Amino acid sequence: MTTLRINGQTHTVDVPEDTPLLWVLRETLGMTGTKFGCGMALCGACTVHLDGEAVRSCILAVGGLTEDMEIRTIEGLSDDGSHPVQQAWIEEQVPQCGYCQSGQIMSAVALLEKNGNPSDSDIDAAMAGNICRCGTYQRIRRAIHKASGGAR
Amino acid sequence: MTSTFSRREFLVTGISAGAGLTIAMQLGCSPAGPSGPVTTPFVPNAFLKVSTDGSVTVVCGFSEMGQGVLTAVPQLVAEELDVEWSKVSVEQSPAGEAYFNPAFGIQGTGGSSMVRGSWTQLREAGAKARAMLVTAAAARWGVSIDECRTEAGNVMRRGSRDRLSYGDLAEEAASLPVPETVTLKDPADFLILGKAVPRLDVPDKVTGKAGFGIDVQVPGMLVAVVARCPVFGGKAARWDEAAALAVPGVRHVVTITSGVAVVADGYWAARKGRDALAVQWDEGSNAAQSSARISAELASLVRRKGIEVRREGAGSAAQAGTTVEAVYEVPFLAHACMEPMNATAHVEADHVTFWGPIQFQSDPGGAFGGGAREMAARIGGVSTDQVTVHTTMLGGGFGRRFFLDFAAEALECSKATGTPVKVVWSREDDVQHDFYRPASMAWFRGTVADGTPVSWVNRVACPAILPGPPGGLDDSSVEGLANFPYRIPNVLVEGHNPALGVPTGFWRSVGSSQNAFFSECFIDELAAAAGKDPFEFRRDLLDNAPRHKRVLETAAERAGWGTPLPEGRARGIAVAESFGSYVAQVAEVSMNDGVPRVHRVVVAIDCGPIVNPDIIAAQMESGVVFGLTAALYGKIAIEGGRAVQANFDTYQMLRVQEMPVVEVHIVPSTDAQGGVGEPGTPPIAPAVVNAIAALTGERIRRLPIVS
Ligand code: FES
Ligand code: FES
Repeated sequence: MTTLRINGQTHTVDVPEDTPLLWVLRETLGMTGTKFGCGMALCGACTVHLDGEAVRSCILAVGGLTEDMEIRTIEGLSDDGSHPVQQAWIEEQVPQCGYCQSGQIMSAVALLEKNGNPSDSDIDAAMAGNICRCGTYQRIRRAIHKASGGAR
Repeated sequence: MTSTFSRREFLVTGISAGAGLTIAMQLGCSPAGPSGPVTTPFVPNAFLKVSTDGSVTVVCGFSEMGQGVLTAVPQLVAEELDVEWSKVSVEQSPAGEAYFNPAFGIQGTGGSSMVRGSWTQLREAGAKARAMLVTAAAARWGVSIDECRTEAGNVMRRGSRDRLSYGDLAEEAASLPVPETVTLKDPADFLILGKAVPRLDVPDKVTGKAGFGIDVQVPGMLVAVVARCPVFGGKAARWDEAAALAVPGVRHVVTITSGVAVVADGYWAARKGRDALAVQWDEGSNAAQSSARISAELASLVRRKGIEVRREGAGSAAQAGTTVEAVYEVPFLAHACMEPMNATAHVEADHVTFWGPIQFQSDPGGAFGGGAREMAARIGGVSTDQVTVHTTMLGGGFGRRFFLDFAAEALECSKATGTPVKVVWSREDDVQHDFYRPASMAWFRGTVADGTPVSWVNRVACPAILPGPPGGLDDSSVEGLANFPYRIPNVLVEGHNPALGVPTGFWRSVGSSQNAFFSECFIDELAAAAGKDPFEFRRDLLDNAPRHKRVLETAAERAGWGTPLPEGRARGIAVAESFGSYVAQVAEVSMNDGVPRVHRVVVAIDCGPIVNPDIIAAQMESGVVFGLTAALYGKIAIEGGRAVQANFDTYQMLRVQEMPVVEVHIVPSTDAQGGVGEPGTPPIAPAVVNAIAALTGERIRRLPIVS
């Protein structure tokens, strides 16, 4: 049994310890907003926050997680898309297929919570781990600047 | 009402409630209803429904893979219905004849065909509904329909303040006959078409609520992972079923057409079960195939006479002047859709239910062995009437999801186990078991005299995607080459379609993805041989191709062609028609330790009358990234009859720090409509390679650039 704190709620799950958090979220808990893209920490589709840091849930075995670690997923940002980063994503019409966007948004939120006014190179550094096969990078950059209130 | 359900419940509820409802809820695009019972009495055709609260639901028969159909289809309907955009929601259609793509006569999404194919059909659907609402209002008022007009979801009585909302009229309109003919709006009066209305699918794509195929959950569902022979065409010979079944959570090991499936409680158990199978393969006849052998075969073919697809003047006869010869080559490419292949099926005795991210729902004619509906009927042993197909959101498509191998796996697994099964591919499965963009080679010999080309001889060797007619070529292998736009007096174009033992498929922009690279680089070589500016050289040869010429001139002008650039940067230009649209691009490039950096791309597109300029801009940005990724990094190498690359460490994608600034200019046009999903891709590779040649003097003729 593993106890996890996700989006402020406690969940106890009975899965093998080597199971990546990604599959516990998606299959055991039905929280499918976090996506599977590569399983090797190469694409960022599975990005969630662990104690405020953007991490790749596809390589995070649940056995290594404890109850005092706070996990945040896309479902924990807002239910209605009202988080400022989600709003900026809507205003800039970022998503195309949308599959990478939960991960992109979680990486962007982690960046903005540490750095309220990121430069282009800060954005490059924080977002380099998130692939968008649809090529929405230009709009992602604009949306992050918009969410930061940075004039650009 | 949707907000009171959890996502899981949406899906579970939807299963018994029917296709439309399920997907509407998955998409979450329905506006919240007001208090009081809302009904939807007015369903004049397959494409729209009007509710008593005045809200309008448009039913989309195309697959949304990022290209914006869930917005473009409603725009076409809503414009003619004359309703406010905020009242419009969308749902995904079931599989059925009503939703056949008018461009192809099947239900499938591809060929950048949606707007061209459905422009009239969907507008008429909206206009006929509007006419019925007007007739209902005129009857209520006891006036002639000429005294009525519509505005923003209301019928207004001319010369009075009387108005009736569509919601008020829905019941009465439903009892009226559908008019045979209808007059469409004058484009000058468009309020929604041609406007950058916000996409209807975006809100759910920022909250994680959008329902992709991989998110489908059905009560009692198991998850399957399939072991497939890494060598194309090989088969499983022996495997350790007991070892797989010993993994906790593994329920079944079943043999299916594509390999051995491990069916488990969840993905992780299925993955471990697959590892435990330790399959030994019968590798079959392709086991010795390699990229080196493929290159050698293509190289020998381009030197031999092929099937002629174009001849002008004296064909290949030698002409006086300066002659240039060159051979270009591109490798196989995987699609690498962000959402790995997956599908869910429940095969029961008298019914099959299928859920999946697919580009191909139905084809009764069966050119590909049918779409998902026909495949489900065949594998399930039922009639197509006993099949329900739910098209989910697609996490990218790019042509890959036209090929339904993954769907067959889910259907076969469900049939074998008697339970609903979701098949999930790993990224490695996805990259190594694709229907690849063909590897291709092109030989050119061109002659320039007095500053202009006098001869163009071109031979291409490229495997077919679909077999050509007897004695002919698959058109895709020579598209863009057989019809290149430049006025040259003596031309010969030939091709070969060798079989290379590697599965091939439609990859965003198909043959043009490589052929524009070949011909738009070689025309640059001829410009250099003629001592001419590459933009002016092209422009002067395009008198008979006005749409090419216009986008070429627009891109050059907006990019500041000919104006100075910072030290170490150069521009390259390219133009190509594909899927009825004309796109020119100018790329600004510098080199860093032999690796190109693309700073800026200026795009000009003429796609005829437009639906949504922001979606067009997004598709151009997307097409540039797709083509640039391939030009810089894209390569599936073949060794031992199998794909070498497997995940994003070896099959590299463009990332945010490499993204150029992309500027899109839409050329106003009333010419024939073209698509927008694919035509942004072909020009970028030649534009970048031409810029590198301008910068360094080095001519790259083999992709990818970075190896
Ligand atoms: S799925 Fe975790 S980084 Fe790709
Ligand atoms: S929006 Fe499709 S992968 Fe990013």
